[in-house]
Amino acid sequence: MTAETTSSAAPSDALVAVPPPLNLVRKFSADFARSRVAVAALAVFILLILAAIFAPWITPQDPYDLMQLDIMDGRLAPGSTGYGGKLFVLGTDDQGRDLLSGIIYGLRTSLLVGIGSALIAALIGTTLGLAAGYAEGRVESLVMRLVDLQLSIPTILTALMILAVMGKGVANVVLALVIVDWAIYARTTRATALAEREQEYIEAARSLALPWWRIMFRHLLPNCLPPLIVIAMIQIANAIALEATLSFLGLGVPITEPSLGLLIANGYKYILSGTYWISTFPGLVLLVLIISINLVGDHVRDILNPRNQ
Amino acid sequence: MASWLIRRVFQALLVVFVMTLLVFVAVNLIGNPVDIMISPNATQAQRLETIRALGFDLPLWRQYLAFVDNLFHGDIGDSFVFGQPGLHLIAQRLPATLELAVSALLLSVLIGIPLGLLAGLYPNRALSQMILGGSILGFSLPTFWVGLMMILVFSVELGWLPAIGRGQTATVLGTEWAFLTWDGLQHLILPALNLALYQISMVLRLTSAGVRETLHKDFIKFARAKGLTWRRIVWVHVLKNILIPVVTVIGLSFGGTIAFAVVTETVFSYPGMGKLLIDSINLLDRPVIVAYLMIVVLIFVTVNLVVDLTYVLLDPRVRLGDRE
Repeated sequence: MTAETTSSAAPSDALVAVPPPLNLVRKFSADFARSRVAVAALAVFILLILAAIFAPWITPQDPYDLMQLDIMDGRLAPGSTGYGGKLFVLGTDDQGRDLLSGIIYGLRTSLLVGIGSALIAALIGTTLGLAAGYAEGRVESLVMRLVDLQLSIPTILTALMILAVMGKGVANVVLALVIVDWAIYARTTRATALAEREQEYIEAARSLALPWWRIMFRHLLPNCLPPLIVIAMIQIANAIALEATLSFLGLGVPITEPSLGLLIANGYKYILSGTYWISTFPGLVLLVLIISINLVGDHVRDILNPRNQ
Repeated sequence: MASWLIRRVFQALLVVFVMTLLVFVAVNLIGNPVDIMISPNATQAQRLETIRALGFDLPLWRQYLAFVDNLFHGDIGDSFVFGQPGLHLIAQRLPATLELAVSALLLSVLIGIPLGLLAGLYPNRALSQMILGGSILGFSLPTFWVGLMMILVFSVELGWLPAIGRGQTATVLGTEWAFLTWDGLQHLILPALNLALYQISMVLRLTSAGVRETLHKDFIKFARAKGLTWRRIVWVHVLKNILIPVVTVIGLSFGGTIAFAVVTETVFSYPGMGKLLIDSINLLDRPVIVAYLMIVVLIFVTVNLVVDLTYVLLDPRVRLGDRE
């Protein structure tokens, strides 16, 4: 499927791995800008990332500085004014923490864990997939058996198993997400690499007697990237959702670094008494985050799909 | 056919074997088996005695053989919390989870296929666009949050359905089932719907894609030329041809449904084995965790085997192709 894209992206004399020419980037941007929904989704995503990065400067209070919390402000409804005259736009949680500040800080943990684990999984999965696609034989069959095994087990089960044994914590959640995710990258990379391996530019690189690692990473990898970019985006969204689920179950991030999932879990106790906002608002932000990533990813897939060109 | 069957069964056994190995390694190598199997309150003498009694002084491969041997006898060790065999505890909770998972599966078929047919037959209608758009939400929304919102809307605000628990059960063949009582059914609706959301979206999309593809096939044109009624074409000729991928996906996702029931059961405080698993993880009750993992793997492998067999029965091409 990428055979057509490479003929335009990589000229046959690609002995030196050239970065994609500027007009390719410009063409991609133009294609991307054609979908207003995707542009809006991208804007929302960037806004959320900026909010997470600049959290200490934009939040009304530091939600984890106990000096700034007042238990008298506990479980105030959205829009109410607290004991000390402060306005709580989205209300407060059971400890009198401003929910808006809590959400923005929670976004930090969610994004960090989601993007971090997706990148590590991409690194491992792509390398293994590339190796499996480039080197036939035993390496390939070993990697693909592992991929099959991993993909046949439901993600949540693998993650539960790892966290049940290792215990909770940010590092263990990242580990669980990486183990769950790497196989998808490996499978995609191998499928693309198998097709690319037969192209002339690889043959040319081989006849120059370039070392195998140079061919793999400088020549094969850049041409396998388009489908991987899409997968990585969708996987970031999936990782964020899975982390939220695990944290909700009490197996994810610790209470000292709450993610959106843990914030939702905190509100769970109060939901039957009608205190809806503690669970609802972090969930809405989670929702917007996941959907915006998915919309961007879907559109990028449409652009990169050679059948649509 | 026979050789295929043997190969397939062998493959299933291999997966079970690998899983026992993984669980064994996970429990015995990563965690300290002594800490896992022996209560932290035990004295040193008790510890040494239990270590000998449980065979932790033996080499690893003999321990693994003993572990597998015990598995065959259904002995995974007693729960630290309940003092009962772990397998027994899980087996007690199994009917509740199965009930939930099967209900979710039924819902995904009963809701997913009609909606998918609608969206596939009339792709340009606004309703179809809404259905397909909604299915994207079903894919990407985190299940647990949707469950919370369902509780908030249907239980807290509207007061239509109970939010937590399993309700009244009726005993049939020595097992308690909730779907046989009105109260139990009411308790089942929200969790089953919550668990089914992902499946509904998947079945819906598969059905609609299948319908759109099938409608352009020659045999449909032929059926129309023959003067068959539209209803017969859709319900017999189209549906029959899209059923294979749908059945496969529904079947293959059954194991995933049981695993994801962990989330739904936690949200709705539904007393199934998934809730027990989460409680056990929080209490570090390892024998129950091992029992859960082994049972789920067994269910999973069995279901996949059955799906493959059904696949062969449904699609003559697979059957005949193998004979050549």
